[in-house]
Parts: sequence; structure tokens; C-alpha cells
Amino acid sequence: MTEENNLTVENENNWEEKVGLAKMLAGGVIMDVTNAEQARIAEEAGAVAVMALERVPSDIRKDGGIARMSPVSKIQEIQECASIPVMAKSRIGHFMEAEILEAMSVDFIDESEVLTPADEDAHIDKTPFKAPFVCGARNLGEALRRIAEGAALIRTKGEAGTGDIIHAVRHMKLITSQIGELTGLGEWDLAACAEKLNAPRDLVSQVATEGRLPVPNFAAGGIATPADAAMMMRLGAEAVFVGSGIFKSSPDPAKQSIVARAIVEAVTHFDNPSELVRICQNVDVAMRGEDTGDIPEEKLLQSRGW
Amino acid sequence: MVSAVSATDHLRNDEPVIGVLALQGSFPLHIASLERCGARTRRVRKPADLEGLSGLVIPGGESTTMENLALRCGLFEALGKAGRDGLPIFGTCAGAILLGKGTERPERLELVDVEVHRNAYGRQVDSFSQDLFLAPFDSPFHGVFIRAPIIEAPPGSSDCEILGKHDGNPVLLRSGQFLLATFHPELTRDLRVHKLFLQICGVTGSCAEPEVPGEAAVNLLREKSI
Repeated sequence: MTEENNLTVENENNWEEKVGLAKMLAGGVIMDVTNAEQARIAEEAGAVAVMALERVPSDIRKDGGIARMSPVSKIQEIQECASIPVMAKSRIGHFMEAEILEAMSVDFIDESEVLTPADEDAHIDKTPFKAPFVCGARNLGEALRRIAEGAALIRTKGEAGTGDIIHAVRHMKLITSQIGELTGLGEWDLAACAEKLNAPRDLVSQVATEGRLPVPNFAAGGIATPADAAMMMRLGAEAVFVGSGIFKSSPDPAKQSIVARAIVEAVTHFDNPSELVRICQNVDVAMRGEDTGDIPEEKLLQSRGW
Repeated sequence: MVSAVSATDHLRNDEPVIGVLALQGSFPLHIASLERCGARTRRVRKPADLEGLSGLVIPGGESTTMENLALRCGLFEALGKAGRDGLPIFGTCAGAILLGKGTERPERLELVDVEVHRNAYGRQVDSFSQDLFLAPFDSPFHGVFIRAPIIEAPPGSSDCEILGKHDGNPVLLRSGQFLLATFHPELTRDLRVHKLFLQICGVTGSCAEPEVPGEAAVNLLREKSI
């Protein structure tokens, strides 16, 4: 495909607007919310967007069963009260859930491993959608496969709902170091590299030339405290998703609000530890969490998708 | 290299600096655009960062988030004062919302006497891009509109100068030392709107890149920037 054709295709599918919205979310916090009250707390705390869910990931882990797209009425309730972008999750490969979310004018669709996958062979072909998609990735190859399918935003696949940051850190560092390795390579090595990464050659070339992913890269999964959020920013994330970390920090909405505000400020002032001291001053709660080392491999959400 | 360092510092003190509000949003893209124009930039995160600036950019992003963070550290008040004291300010999208007036959230700086309606085109599925004919430029400017606001056309008596329209609504507007865009010039490699703002600031950056790159270059650059 020539460069010119590429551009036409990208513009036809609103590529500029999709990636543009992702870039406007940079430096911000996207918060999981399950009702209008939580959406109001999130917006007042300074969230750049909310993720409308029926249950936060830690409850999904605890409850077991099949996790699906949130009920339409739940998403609408949150859309009605939020003036910031509203995101929602579809199951991996469940293009029908995605089409429903798009028809509801959801601002960003998260094809998410937190929900039970619907297709073991194919992720959603995201290109024809007008709504942008965010997808999780544990390494560069996975990120580029999702981008090739039309994802306009990548987030690390930390282990959602645990409050354990270790996987988000691992995947962010891995993606950064894999990008670093590519930038040192000559044109003659890229084909082999693309094969090794199992990623499209043109995207691998692009990353090698530019030294970064073709779309923004956010952090997600296990971020529970202002310091966690600041650390992910220091590691190169352009923004963070916080799931259970806010509304599972305390049953008291006033305390949840303090945590939410502190995480928002920590993402802005991530490179200033003395500011972070001030920001964390009033935070005295955090979600209890679950050590991911205690979770058997087959129970990890991040291994859903490929 | 001590002497070289101090010589540079001396130069820096004399050179005009353009601030970019760096609380949230597309500030890295604005910094890149301004620097490509040859301007020196500074991230603005607290009131003290406003000192000695020749101009300020309020980027695209979430206006409620920026308002929230600015209010918490006294920056909101300081921005209003700096604007009233004559600092040139360029707001894109969320920045335009904050510079104007409006009854809904967020709280506005009200430095420009126009109503700016948030998310006025609808949600993200209603975002669009459009080649715009802007009064200061000879050729179209590629405008990317993301959950964009609408600036209500000011009354005839207003001192606002409408520099471009889409569907009858102003998309680029100048009022004294303030410049408002409802689209995102920072998402493209076209530097003409940033240069226009630098002119308002009285800063003429030495630009290494041609102002309007050739078509092939535009395509390549645009692809890179997205």
C-alpha cells in the first residue's frame, strides 16, 4: 500500500480524530465508575474521562462468572451526568457489543481483557468504527498488532483489580526497552524483527524511525495510589487509568474523593517529589489489594488476548 | 565548558519565552510546535512560572481538569490577572473555553467577551476534520475538531475579529492580545497559527522549517504527527 493510499484510508476512518482525542487525554487520569454519583466525584476531582462499568475490576475478580459489557442503562446514566468523555468496555472480539457502544456515542471503546473474551481467534476489527478504541498490551508486538487492527490508544495490561503495580511496571518497561532496541537497528534487520515481534513490518519500521509507538501509550492495571500513578508517568506513560484504586480505597465518598484528587494532581506533578508530599498529605487510605504472586497463571486477566 | 554555559544563560535571560500551561492535555504538542517556530518555551504549572513571559498557550485537553488543577494551586487567579495585565494568550479548544465566557462548568477566565459552549458539536463520534479558509493565510489550514466547543458569534459592536468560520461559527478569533481556536493546530505540522500568535506576542522566532511545506512533505509530516 502506498503512503498516499494509507493516508486516505486513515482519514476515511477518522484516524486523526481518534488519535487526536487520545492525545487530548494526555497528562490525565481516566477513572472507573459504576454509577452517576461516582462519575460526579470523578469529574469534580479532575478526571479527564470516566470508564462506565457495572462492577470495578476487583469485584469482577471476586465475583467470578462471565463479565460482559455494562448494561446500556448503566452507561446512559453515567453519560447523562458526565460532561467529560465516557468510555466503556467491550469483550475481546465482541464486535456486536462494540457496535452497540458506538451507537450509544460512547467516546472511547476499551476492548478489554477485564471482561471475559468472546472470540478466541480474532480481536475486533476496529478500523471501520467511528469511535476510537483502546486496547491493552504487555509488549511491543501485542501493541502493534492492536494498532494494526485500528486501536488509537494503547494501555499496559497491568493486572486489573489487584492494586498490585508490578505488572504495569513490567509491561511499560518492556515496551520502552523493545522500542529502544528497534531504534538502533538498520533497515536490513527490521524484517526479522517484525517476524520476531509478530507485528506488521510497516509499523515496526515506523517505530524504529520515530522511537515511539504510533499512538499514545497509557498505563493501566494495579495503579492504586498517587505514587503509583506518578511512577507510571515517570516510566513514560502519557496518562493513567485508575480502576478499583479510587472507589475501593474506602467506603467513605469523602475519602474516595481525596484519593481521586490526589491521583489527578500526582499525574500533573509526577516529576516533583516535594509537590507529591503536599499532594499525598491528606491521603490516609488505599485499596487493600491482592499480591499478584498469589494468583495462579491461568487466573491472570492479562493473558486474555494475544 | 563553564564559560559556554554562562554565555547561554545570559542569552536565555534576554530571549522572550512563551509559556505553555502544562497541567493536562496537548501541551507537549504545543511546545513542539512553538519550538519548531524557533520560540523558547516554559511549562507553566504554578503562578511563579508566569513571571517574565511574552505569551502563554492554554492547550487542548479537558477544560474541567485544567480549571480544577489551576484553582487548587492559585494558578487560575494568576492566569486571569496576567491576561488582564496584558499577557497575550492563545487558547485551543479547552483553552478557548477557559478564555471565554459561559454559564456551564468549568469556571471561566472571562478574558474574552464571547460565549464558548462546551462539547457543542456532540460527543467523540461527531468529531471531524475540515480544511479551513482562515483570513490571515493564502491556502487552507487543516482543522482537526475533537469534541470541539462552539464560539457564539459576537455582536457587531464587539472588538473581536473573526479570522475563520465553519458552519457560520467562528473557529479562529482574535480579541486584542487574545487568540482563540476551536480546532487543534498543534495536531498538525502546519505552524501558521502558532506563528500568528508569536506575531501577536511580538516575538519573531527564527524558523528552520518552511512555513508551508510542499505537498509531499505535508503528507509525510502529517502522518508522522498522528
